[in-house]
Amino acid sequence: MSGVCIVGIGIHSFGRTEGRSGRDQGVFAVRQALADAGIEWRDVEFAYGGSSAAGAADLMVNELGLTGIPIINVANGCATGGSSLAATYAGIASGEFDIGLAVGFDKHPRGAFNADPAEYGLPQWYGETGLMLTTQFFATKIQRYMGLYGITQTTLGRVAEKALANGALCDHAWRRSPMDLESILAAPMINDPLNKYMFCSPAEGGVALILASEKKARALGKPIIRLKTAVMRTRPPGSFEVFASSISVNRGVSPTVLASKAAFEKAGIGPEDIDVAQLQDTESGAEIMHMAENGFCRDGDQEAWLAEGRTRIDGALPVNTDGGCLACGEPVGASGLRQVYENVVQLRGSGGARQVPNQPKTAYTHVYGAPGVSAVTILER
Amino acid sequence: MTPIATGLWTEEAAPRLIGGKRKSDGEIIFPMPDGDAADDYVAVPLSRTGTLWSWTIQSFPPKSPPYTGPAAFEAFALGYVELPGEVIVEARLTQGHGLSIGMAMELVIVPFDEARSTYAFAPQELSV
Repeated sequence: MSGVCIVGIGIHSFGRTEGRSGRDQGVFAVRQALADAGIEWRDVEFAYGGSSAAGAADLMVNELGLTGIPIINVANGCATGGSSLAATYAGIASGEFDIGLAVGFDKHPRGAFNADPAEYGLPQWYGETGLMLTTQFFATKIQRYMGLYGITQTTLGRVAEKALANGALCDHAWRRSPMDLESILAAPMINDPLNKYMFCSPAEGGVALILASEKKARALGKPIIRLKTAVMRTRPPGSFEVFASSISVNRGVSPTVLASKAAFEKAGIGPEDIDVAQLQDTESGAEIMHMAENGFCRDGDQEAWLAEGRTRIDGALPVNTDGGCLACGEPVGASGLRQVYENVVQLRGSGGARQVPNQPKTAYTHVYGAPGVSAVTILER
Repeated sequence: MTPIATGLWTEEAAPRLIGGKRKSDGEIIFPMPDGDAADDYVAVPLSRTGTLWSWTIQSFPPKSPPYTGPAAFEAFALGYVELPGEVIVEARLTQGHGLSIGMAMELVIVPFDEARSTYAFAPQELSV
């Protein structure tokens, strides 16, 4: 097995870019990543990529060049980016290839996602009666969690406050204005207990990552940032997921718990060894619950962690240093790769105003989505 | 009123939701599946009462399609109700105030629009 390194990163700013297609935002990111790696498109041996709502990745060869390489389109819901990365990782770790691309991009219409019941194997009445909204899942999951573990509304607000503060320092973020806690808590409710500033919005953006074998990375003369592992898992029995018309009384864990455990095992380190983490924050409550599901704290500890600022950029475990989904929005196909992009920035020490102090050595990403998928990566320099 | 779909609840004075009990291990889901998946399940009427597992308020109009509620949108409550030993079902709730996790709930059939009815859970009246 070859070691796998990330040698080039590129991003198209998240948010709204009128007049530029999702795929063009992906192409923009690929060109930036190639330049960052110091290579040409013809050097790339294979690619995985895709979007949720902006078409197929293999069409990018129209702009990038007809070099004849294999490009595999990935359509795996919220884990599209994570799955692309896991597959690219495997292609290099196996020794089959020396240099590959993982790319994700998207362009969603405004407002909450609207889903077709049939596409999810659900009866039509479920959507007709207004029960098929992702926001309801997040709200009911955190509502119960708050009741069980004593998490308060103020803590939900603190997560949004931190996201907007970090986003203000980040050039690829969409929301660039900080907001005080009081204003956040006073915003109109969307789905109790989550209000307007506690939800991320569907958005646009593109991210590209160039992966290489360790040998190739050294030949390119790049700083060595190792992708120790990239794993993706689907839901086990008894998990609580988006669009659940019923849940088992035999409660189980989430796919995040499976992905996280597998990633730590493969990397040979534990949560206590991680210096910076990007955790899925579809809404404020998700970040809180994912802190525990990924093993960084116990259920309920988040109340104190947030009050003490432990997940701020200058805290013991900085979380979502670029403002996460809350500040960047969520272009589904690109979102998981944005987290990895941000971790490479942090490990290189090129975060500027949002740089995590004390030269972080290890970094963790976690993406989660419908209908119960989770992907985790661990980077080390 | 016409039920929003057939086979969701029983036609009796005090209706019950109809779940599906998996033949292999007894696991119950709601609703009873249709198509080929139904072969693995037996239809079972579910308890009319349970406890509130979680809840939220739907404050904005869901996108249409798939939503087909009345054009004049009114916020509604929804949540999950645990039917002890059976399954935790998602449902509309008849009220959005005074809700707390663990409170006793019971099944009711309510109007969805002018012509159709759907199922919901209401806080259970305390017996005097």
